[in-house]
Amino acid sequence: MRRIVLLGSQRLQPTLVQAVESVGVTGPIVAITAGWEEREDEIDELRDHLGRRVLNLRLHHRGEEVFEKDPELFRAVRDRRQTLREAHDLYRIRLDRAIQALRDLRTHGGPHALLDPAMLAALDDLRRLDDWHVARMAEIVREWDERWRPSERASLAPHLRAIEAISREAETLAVAGGNVAVLLNRLRLFGIDRTFSRHTVFAWSAGAMTLTERIVVYHDDPPFGRGNPEVLRPGLGFVGGVVALPHWHRRIRTDHVNRVRLWHHRFRPLRCAALDDGSWAVFGDGVLRAVSNGVRTFTEDGRVEDLVP
Amino acid sequence: MTLALRNLLSRRDTLTDPEVRRFLSEHGSPIVEGGTVTFLFYGRATAVRLRHFIFALQSSQAFERLGGTELWHLTLEVPLGSRIEYKLEIELDGRTVLVRDPLNPRIAHDPYGANSVCVTPGYAVPAWIQPDAEARPGGSESFSLQSAALGGERHVDVYLPARMRPTRRYPLLVAFDGRDYVHFASMRTVLDNLIHRDEVEPCIVAFCQSPDRMREYAACEEHSRFVGEELLPALEAKYPIREGAANRGLMGASLGAVASLHAAWRFPGRFGRLFLQSGSFAFTDIGRHVKHPVLEPVLDFVNRYREEPSKVAERVYVSCGVYEGLIYENRSLYPILQKTGMEVKFVEARDGHNWENWRDRLRQGLGWLFPGPLNLVYE
Repeated sequence: MRRIVLLGSQRLQPTLVQAVESVGVTGPIVAITAGWEEREDEIDELRDHLGRRVLNLRLHHRGEEVFEKDPELFRAVRDRRQTLREAHDLYRIRLDRAIQALRDLRTHGGPHALLDPAMLAALDDLRRLDDWHVARMAEIVREWDERWRPSERASLAPHLRAIEAISREAETLAVAGGNVAVLLNRLRLFGIDRTFSRHTVFAWSAGAMTLTERIVVYHDDPPFGRGNPEVLRPGLGFVGGVVALPHWHRRIRTDHVNRVRLWHHRFRPLRCAALDDGSWAVFGDGVLRAVSNGVRTFTEDGRVEDLVP
Repeated sequence: MTLALRNLLSRRDTLTDPEVRRFLSEHGSPIVEGGTVTFLFYGRATAVRLRHFIFALQSSQAFERLGGTELWHLTLEVPLGSRIEYKLEIELDGRTVLVRDPLNPRIAHDPYGANSVCVTPGYAVPAWIQPDAEARPGGSESFSLQSAALGGERHVDVYLPARMRPTRRYPLLVAFDGRDYVHFASMRTVLDNLIHRDEVEPCIVAFCQSPDRMREYAACEEHSRFVGEELLPALEAKYPIREGAANRGLMGASLGAVASLHAAWRFPGRFGRLFLQSGSFAFTDIGRHVKHPVLEPVLDFVNRYREEPSKVAERVYVSCGVYEGLIYENRSLYPILQKTGMEVKFVEARDGHNWENWRDRLRQGLGWLFPGPLNLVYE
C-alpha cells in the first residue's frame, strides 16, 4: 500500500525525521523545495535533520532553465498565469457576494422555518460556486496542456529524463512548503504526479496542500477587508477526501462557532485536516489517519476536535 | 464622572490623605470607564490643566480641586476606540510647568520628548509592532550621497528584507523622516513582521532624514529633484530594485506626506505608490491664510493640485487622525485623489497627529502599497 504522509509546518517544529522513521522508509529521499523559489537549494537544514542522502530535484531552477531556453513556452506560461489570475479575480467577486449573503441571512433573523431553508440554499450557492471555480481552473489548465503539451517539448526533455533517473534512486519523496501556487505549477510542469506515482511521499505545509484534490487558501485577518477562504485549484489528488490546512492557528479564526461550522459545511464531503506545526497524519486506503497529536478537524456543530477516521 | 471617582467623592467630607493615596495607587490615572475618562493629579498646585492635542476640543481644560485635599480631577467623554496623548499643566507659586501625568505610566515618545497616553476600550496596541521571534530580521546598510539639488551630503539608512536574493529584484519604498519612523513607529520591526507574515512583499526601504524638514518637505522643488533625480538613481544603482512605477513608493507623515505627494507630482509615472499620513495639505478656497508661514509653499502646491488634479501614482493610502486639525485637509484631498483614477484608500483613526497613530496604520498602508502573497505562502 502506498503511504502518503501530510505534515504541519516544519520550520519551528521539525518532526519530519520522526515521521520518516515511524513509517519505516529506508534509503535516500528525493526532495522538492520548489515552493521556496530561489531558495530551493538551501536544503542543508533539511539534510541535517533527515541525516540521510537527499536528492534535490531543483524544480524551480529547472523551470527557470526551461523558460530561458524556450521563450515560447515561457510566454505561454506567463499568459496562462495571467488568465488564471483573472479567472480567480472574477471568482473573488462572486465569492464576496456569496459569503456576504450568508452573513446577511444570519444576522437577519426571523422564524427558523423561513430562515433555515434560505441559509441552506445560500450555502449550496457557495458550494456550487467553489465547485464551478475549481472546474473552471482545471479546464483552463487542461486546455493549456492540450495546446502546449509541455511534456513533449524538447526544452523539457532532458529535465524529464533527469527527474526520471533521480526518481529511480529513491523510494521516498519529500515535498516542502512555500508558495503553494509556484509549487503546484512546477509539480505539474514536470509531471511529478506521474513520475512519483508509486513513491512514499512526505509533504508539509504547502507541499501537503498540493497533494490533495482541492487546494483551499485562507487567512482570516488580512490587512484589508475580510479574508474569505478561497478554493485555488485542484491539487494533484494523491490524497483524497481532505482539505489540508497547515498554519491554521495563525490564519483561521475559530473564536466563533459559525466560522468553524462554515468550514465544515462548505467543503464537505471533504474533511478539513487542520495541521498543527509539527503534526502528521498518514493517508492510506483512502483514509487520513492522525499519527501525532495536533491533527484537527472542524465539526458539523462548529467545534475544533482531533481528527479521527 | 467615572464611577470610581464618584464613590470617592461621596465621602469627600471624611476623606483622609492615606485613603486618597490608596485610591490613586489602586486606580492610577486616568480612570477609564467606557468612554468616560477621569484624569487625576495629586499634589500641591494652584491650578491644574489638561493639555491635549485633540482638535476641536478646548486644548487646555481646567481640573477641579477636591475640597480641601490636594486631589485634582477632570472628566471628559472620549469616544470608544480612542487613543489620545496629553500632558498636565501645573501652576504653583506663580510658575507653570508642563509635565507628563505622574500617575500614568503609559507614555509615547516622539522627536520632542514624550507624552502621556490615554486609551479607551476598543483601542489595542497592534501585536505586529512587537518583535516576533519567528520573524527573520531584515538587514541594514547606510550610504551617503552628494546632492546637487539640495547642496551637501545626504545620509540614507536602508532596510533590506531578510533572505534577500541577488537574483531577485524588489520594490522600493522611500520614507521621509525615516529615522523617526524607525525610532518612534518601530518600522524595522514592523517590516520584519509583516514581511514574515507575507502581508507585505519583501521590499527595500530607504529611510531619509532631512536636516531642514520644515523647508525641504514643504512642497520644495529642490527636495523633489533630489528624490527623483538623485536619490532614486543612486538607490537603483546600489540595490536590486524592480523596474516600474508600481514598484516604487514614497511615504511620509505630516510634511513628509506633502514631500511624497509633491515628488510624485513633480515626476509623474516614476513613483506609483504613495503612503500619505496626516498630510499637512494646507489649501484655501479664497485668500491666503495659512496656519504657519512654512505652509506657504504647500498652500501654493495644494491649491494648484486641487485646481488641476492629476494621476500622479497608481495606488495611494491616505490616513489621518480624527483628533487632528488636519483631518479637514485630508478629508478634502481624498475625493480629489480618487477622481483622478488612482486607487485610493482613506482611513481615519481615533487618534492624533503623532507617531503611534502613524505606526498603527503601517500594516494597512504597507499592505496596500506592496501586498504580500498572504494567501499563497505556507512554509
